[in-house]
Amino acid sequence: MQMHLGFVDYSIIVIYFAFVLGIGFWLRSHMKTSEDFFLSGRSIPGWVTGLAFMSANLGALEVLGYAANAAKYGAVVTHFYWLGAIPAMCFVGVFMMPFYYGSKARSVPEFLRLRYDEKTRTLNAFGFAILTLLVSGIDLYAMALLFQQLLHWPFFASVVAAATVVAAYILLGGLTSSIYNEVLQFFLIVFGFLPMTVLGLKAVGGFLGLNRNLESVAAAAGHPAGFYNHVWANLGHASNNALGVNWIEMTLGLGFVLSFGYWCTDFLVVQRALAAKDAAAAERTPLIAAVPKMLFPALVILPGLVAIGFSEVSGGFGTPPNYNLALPLMLQRFYPSGLLGIGMTALLASFMSGMAGNVTAFNTVWTYDIYQTHINPGKPDQHYLLMGRVATIVAVVAGVLTAFIVLYFNNLMDYLQALFSIFNAPLFATFLLGMFWKRTTGHGAFWGLLCGLVGSSTHYVLYRTDVIHYYSPMGANFFQAMWAFGIGVVVTVAVTLMTKPRPESELVGLVYSLTPRPELAHLPWYERPGMIALGVLGLCLILNIIFW
Amino acid sequence: MAAIGSLDIRWPIGFIFTIYGVILLAFGGLTNQGVVELPGGALNVDLIWGGGFLVFGLLMGWMARRASRRP
Repeated sequence: MQMHLGFVDYSIIVIYFAFVLGIGFWLRSHMKTSEDFFLSGRSIPGWVTGLAFMSANLGALEVLGYAANAAKYGAVVTHFYWLGAIPAMCFVGVFMMPFYYGSKARSVPEFLRLRYDEKTRTLNAFGFAILTLLVSGIDLYAMALLFQQLLHWPFFASVVAAATVVAAYILLGGLTSSIYNEVLQFFLIVFGFLPMTVLGLKAVGGFLGLNRNLESVAAAAGHPAGFYNHVWANLGHASNNALGVNWIEMTLGLGFVLSFGYWCTDFLVVQRALAAKDAAAAERTPLIAAVPKMLFPALVILPGLVAIGFSEVSGGFGTPPNYNLALPLMLQRFYPSGLLGIGMTALLASFMSGMAGNVTAFNTVWTYDIYQTHINPGKPDQHYLLMGRVATIVAVVAGVLTAFIVLYFNNLMDYLQALFSIFNAPLFATFLLGMFWKRTTGHGAFWGLLCGLVGSSTHYVLYRTDVIHYYSPMGANFFQAMWAFGIGVVVTVAVTLMTKPRPESELVGLVYSLTPRPELAHLPWYERPGMIALGVLGLCLILNIIFW
Repeated sequence: MAAIGSLDIRWPIGFIFTIYGVILLAFGGLTNQGVVELPGGALNVDLIWGGGFLVFGLLMGWMARRASRRP
């Protein structure tokens, strides 16, 4: 397919780039110490870090990818926004943020050093650095591919141009620049995609019309009538839905291990909360983020569903169907010149901030947890600030290179979940035991994490070489996550029981049972993290029932 | 927001949404290219949504200004 951008659309895109760089210049004079650069000087209000917490995760895959997944699998992919995010976001806000923020750790690996020891931290730092570099290419790849297909922009030139802009604004304004751009991007995506949902629903005759269309498409493809339009109803058996998983795998694999592993331990998102101005703002960060996260399926999944139920658009998927075109096809059908520029800007914004999130997380972990700890300790702060800028350039260049690795995978969501299940799932065992079982030792954590990583990578190799079989790659990822977590728990507990625990006095503020609860009585009920979390969970439950 | 002084994120958001609102309103109002065909008839979405952008941009700017005037 081919899209035509007019002068007004290009102007809108150019204005966006000018603003993004302008924010960097505006913040430049405030980047005086490494804490300013890596942690925004812990000075940002909760609503800003909350929106950034959500947006850092809102890369190419969330926007382009979920419209594509909805067109391919139907409404069942909403689980990645609800079950796969909301409970974990509430948990990290209420139970984990008090430790993270209260311990004054500058990164997730640094928290592991405080709770356990140096070797556990180093293992996690290297694992996270590799994961981040492998993930950061996804956004570049998706963006360049999209613009090559739609506008015939050259692939390599798009990759380099977007990478240069991202590098420039991070070099100028550090994490603050990244967070501010994430918030700007959040509003651009909401305002940029809302017309698609509204116009799309209007064109198919509202929810009733959409349901009828989905039922007739399912019937034409030989599926049961409700194949595309349910969130839970088709999860009885893995063969009943296109995703190839059942409700147990969905709940334990995605809802528990993968989701908690990502939202609770991935420094990419946790870093946003650590930049908050005080502990209460840090705790509210994931809870504030959970509200838009829960409503986002309306912006990214609904248009994908409209696209399948809408023959004028779905005819354009081609044979074999290229579902990644779901969102571009909707843009083409419903966005005239002017609004099209806004839509393309929203897409560009999501790619760039998705990548920027990875880069800022990488440069912090590299500088504090690897460089300052092992390579060159004891230098003045300015030295590490400079190293952070060097690491930014390295991460961006590495992102460009990984964009070419991603070329060899045919499904971006499978690639991403495979990486998360290998790296994040075992780490969740390390955290869960460390925070809630005071006896857990550093040796236990290290060996548990290492065996979990080896176990999940082995499982991945066995699956890719056809030794083990599943209904679908996603089913394989869910099982991989459960295995990694299980191995992590068993090995950590076993080694812990054979080694000597640390005295309780050293663990105050790091373990749940040894940390005094924050005094909340003076806060009105709607500012207490527990109450906000209950409200969010209740709303999510209602949505699940409505779209059952 | 004392520690980051004048760096209130609502300023740039307010500016960019106001500019986009004006561009969409002008383009939708002066040309007939901002129209999308729907079953219920044609709709000038640039004109309608340009208004949405402008209102949101001005609201953000107003909030930033109000916050900066508080002691």
